[in-house]
Amino acid sequence: IKKTLAKPGVKNIVLVDGVRTPFLQSGTIYADLMPHDLARAALQGLLNRTGLPKDAVDYIVYGTVIQEVKTSNVAREAALGAGFSDKTPAHTVTMACISSNQAMTTAVGLIAAGQCDAVVAGGVEFMSDVPIRHSRRMRKTMLSLNKAKTLGARLSLLGSIRLAHLAPELPAVAEFSTAETMGHSADRLAAAFGVSRLEQDEFALRSHTLAKKAQDSGLLSDVISFKVPGKDIVSKDNGIRPSTMEQMAKLKPAFIKPHGTVTAANSSFLTDGASAVLIMSEEKALAMGYKPKAYLRDFVYVSQDPKDQLLLGPTYATPKVLEKSGLTLNDIDVFEFHEAFAGQIMANLKAMESDWFAQTYMGRKTKVGAPPMEKFNSWGGSLSLGHPFAATGCRLVTTVAHRLQKEGGQYGLVAACAAGGQGHAMVIEAYPQ
Amino acid sequence: GGSLLCLSLSAARTHVSYEVKDNVAVVRINDPTSKVNTLSRHMQAEMVEVMNEIWGNAAVKSAVLISRKPGCFIAGADINMIQACKTAEEVTSLSQEGQKIFDQVEKSPIPIVAAINGSCLGGGLEFAIACQYRIATKSKKTILGTPEVMLGLLPGAGGTQRLPKMVGLPAAFDMMLTGKNIRPDKAKKMGLVHQLVDPLGPGLKSPEERTIEYLEEVAVDFAKGLAGRKVTVEKKKGLVQKIQDFVMGLPPVRKQIYKTVHSKVMKQSKGLYPAPLKIIECIQTGIEKGNAAGYLTESQNFGKLAMTSESRALIGLYHGQVTCKKNHFGKPERDVKKLAVLGAGLMGAGIAQVTIDKGVATILKDTTEEGLARGHQQVYKGLNDKTKKKSLTTFERDGIMSLLSGQLDYRDFENADMVIEAVFEDLSIKHKVVKEVEAVIPPHCIFATNTSALPIKDIAAASKRPEKVIGMHYFSPVDKMQLLEIITTNKTSKDTTASAVAVGLKQGKVIIVVGDGPGFYTTRCLAPMLAEAVRALQEGVGPKKLDSLTTGFGFPVGAATLADEVGIDVAAHVAEDLGKAFGTRFGGGNVEVLKMMVQKGFKGRKSGKGCYVYGAKSKEKKVNSGAEDILKSFKLTAPPAVSADEDIQYRLVSRFVNEAVLCLQEGILPDPVQGDIGAVFGLGFPPCLGGPFRFVDSHGADKLVQKMKRFEEAYGNQFTPCQLLLDHAKDSSKRFHK
Repeated sequence: IKKTLAKPGVKNIVLVDGVRTPFLQSGTIYADLMPHDLARAALQGLLNRTGLPKDAVDYIVYGTVIQEVKTSNVAREAALGAGFSDKTPAHTVTMACISSNQAMTTAVGLIAAGQCDAVVAGGVEFMSDVPIRHSRRMRKTMLSLNKAKTLGARLSLLGSIRLAHLAPELPAVAEFSTAETMGHSADRLAAAFGVSRLEQDEFALRSHTLAKKAQDSGLLSDVISFKVPGKDIVSKDNGIRPSTMEQMAKLKPAFIKPHGTVTAANSSFLTDGASAVLIMSEEKALAMGYKPKAYLRDFVYVSQDPKDQLLLGPTYATPKVLEKSGLTLNDIDVFEFHEAFAGQIMANLKAMESDWFAQTYMGRKTKVGAPPMEKFNSWGGSLSLGHPFAATGCRLVTTVAHRLQKEGGQYGLVAACAAGGQGHAMVIEAYPQ
Repeated sequence: GGSLLCLSLSAARTHVSYEVKDNVAVVRINDPTSKVNTLSRHMQAEMVEVMNEIWGNAAVKSAVLISRKPGCFIAGADINMIQACKTAEEVTSLSQEGQKIFDQVEKSPIPIVAAINGSCLGGGLEFAIACQYRIATKSKKTILGTPEVMLGLLPGAGGTQRLPKMVGLPAAFDMMLTGKNIRPDKAKKMGLVHQLVDPLGPGLKSPEERTIEYLEEVAVDFAKGLAGRKVTVEKKKGLVQKIQDFVMGLPPVRKQIYKTVHSKVMKQSKGLYPAPLKIIECIQTGIEKGNAAGYLTESQNFGKLAMTSESRALIGLYHGQVTCKKNHFGKPERDVKKLAVLGAGLMGAGIAQVTIDKGVATILKDTTEEGLARGHQQVYKGLNDKTKKKSLTTFERDGIMSLLSGQLDYRDFENADMVIEAVFEDLSIKHKVVKEVEAVIPPHCIFATNTSALPIKDIAAASKRPEKVIGMHYFSPVDKMQLLEIITTNKTSKDTTASAVAVGLKQGKVIIVVGDGPGFYTTRCLAPMLAEAVRALQEGVGPKKLDSLTTGFGFPVGAATLADEVGIDVAAHVAEDLGKAFGTRFGGGNVEVLKMMVQKGFKGRKSGKGCYVYGAKSKEKKVNSGAEDILKSFKLTAPPAVSADEDIQYRLVSRFVNEAVLCLQEGILPDPVQGDIGAVFGLGFPPCLGGPFRFVDSHGADKLVQKMKRFEEAYGNQFTPCQLLLDHAKDSSKRFHK
């Protein structure tokens, strides 16, 4: 057994448990729900799983990326609907694909600061319905219409509407700062690191194969069953589809045409899903009779150029968090990295393996090294399980805790990239069994 | 021995190399002696050698042509090679050699893919369009174009023949007659390139290196595809394209286009530039009379153009500009990382804009909130207009704006490395500013003054450290005008000068460095010409006539319009100041005319009225009748002997030129090159004449002196040629440019 990462004067904070709804391809069974419905399901699932008294929760933090404007503080709407006490405050955070990581570390912060003892964190993403807006011109006309006092003024405003103003504005998975879609950036990143189409397809196939195996062997125990109103009970992720290399090779590039390498098959797909975790101070958890699953230890957030290094967050975050914890890559037993694109994962692995990159761009003397593949995302990843943007972080942390228990390791590492050129990593320590 | 020689030759190849990868010959070009690749004789010879080897190799099924230089594919033909030719025939044969090579490329038995990253200009573009397929990176450095017209030449290696077929007649005319740079996105839309490749960021190699590698990989894939007929060159034509092709197929339509283009060129160039007309002729001949005639016309016209004085003048300006984009004073001791601009007027805000645009933090200080808001808005608008043209993203605009700190106080001046004052042109105000600023800036900080006429030493008189004081004379509008005139006093230190030049270069300026004196160089040349313009107006030459005489001589802006643009008040101020300094030589028109105009509020464009009336959006500019009344009250009688149209033109120009030569004689100007650059880029001296000094060379100093003597008889000492000009008139072997 390796040493514990507890630090004198720092509170031990534990993950009591974590759950998630099945992650479904958007436009499938969840299609008619609203985001807070999914979030509610995850929160209720957590209550059921932990048997937590509803009034024992001090605070709720929830992440979301594409906001439903009617429920902009989705944390509060979901909490009320899930039957939490109306005396429990809730707020929503957003940090692209690391939104629920942010929710969890916010919880950690609240507990560490002594302000709370038990916090629920989570995240939801609902891509089956997204806010599609009127054009700015049309919105302006409509808002002016509210203020127009006379019929004449109203008619003249209505008369100013042109056909072009009716064209809607669709949300895009694109950087606001560069207007580049994430898939396009991933393709360029893969090219920059010389990641071939073959390598990407192989990695994607690995993800699906491992996910299928984990699903079939019942390892994905964080998934709760969810009775969808008007539909059946859903209890499995529906995006896991191991294909063949031949089938995958047939696909045309999705973003950079015709010579790109990122395809629909080696990218994560649009997903609906929600997740939730219960985080407590160790004292409180033990006092309430819980057997925690893991300690949440050091974490870092990093950010870099959103144009050319959009998805390199794990490369920057990993050495930083390891140093903070006084660990090396070899000490880690379990790696869970967010798989946005196979090309992005492969590019990060190559960057982490490169002394030149570490010296030239990270100001480090040497590379941190790439994680050994046998410890890496061995129950599948975002490519196969799905990637509801703001729900993925909790899945990663819960999976690390479960894998540590299952595989008997002591330290786990979570790392993820996010839009905006940001990234996150966290060290997790198994709770002594 | 033969084979040995051959071997040693190929071993000695320095500019072009190739390797065969998977049946694709990758031809890499790199001129080791220069920052850019040019189609020099050496490059061409090696290229021919390599192409022949490739064509002779049965294993090679396709080829990729790529440059190893990060920012340059091929920047064009070697200008020196053309300049070294003594006769039109020599240049024609150069052109024909180029045509022959590219003809072979066009008829290549294997497909050749041009992989373009960086500048692909002139002969470089002609090479690329002779290839079967073109792939370009979307890098900011990638530009395609035919800039020959700007050197008074034409695309002489098949460009006038291939381009119209490739991009259509209207687009081909536009490219070749304007010489403008085409960005990759546009090039793809036009059909100039087939595919675009994104530039890459950091990877396992530097972005520049890896981007070229990636471009090569993509190009090799396409080359294989072309060889295996999996990729087709022909694009399916859309309906619009089909209609356009049909319409262009009608001879009367084409005839109308030639006519329209011709008259447009004549209107814009006043017939002073032969190259555009020759370009039209080449295109027309190629299309109407076939390839053979087209290529012949192209090569012959190329030869003829190379021998014209216009081309020499334009090439001279090109070389001059290159010289004036270098810092000849060494590396300054410290970089200017924070600049402060005093005065948020037109000039101050303009200076701030071009400074933050290049990433230098800038303080813009004014004395009033209104002034500051106006200046801030000017900077924002300047940048925002770029986002509308898509040369900047809104995000980049915001990032640049964040470098600007608008303020009313001297906060943070203790961190400034350079202060440029652009306050009102009044010596006592400038003195006050010098003292105020010196109280707050650190000892190393440079104090630059943006004045158009006040001698720098007079301003420096108020300074505790005159070695740190320098003049930086910007031209309005600062973000458009390329010239910066830097003025050093005998106390200005070399490091101060080096630093000012470094800042100017960073701002993207073409720089001349001149000595101190009233009006320095540019204003001093302009003043006598404007004085003469006022005299002509007093003599009854209307503003419109005056404008057409000056633009007819090649000035881009007519003298009356120029006065309105500069500002009648500024002109009056300068005329009076310089009149005091230089005496009757700067006489001619009556300064009172300008003063009276200012009194009546006719300050030029900025006040809505000057020689003309502004404001109404009608195309036809109206002469300001109020100004005409003033001119009538100051009416002079025109001496018939010197009042013919051509006389008026030469009266204006000779005073300009004589003053320029005098500046050289007095040492205000260090050399004729900077004199020419300053006159053309700062004052709009006719580019086809190449500047006052080249004009004296090509026109003949003796002829100019003769004319001036005639004017001198009528008007007196304003036309007395200076000694240096007389020396050149006496000895025709004396020339300002070799």
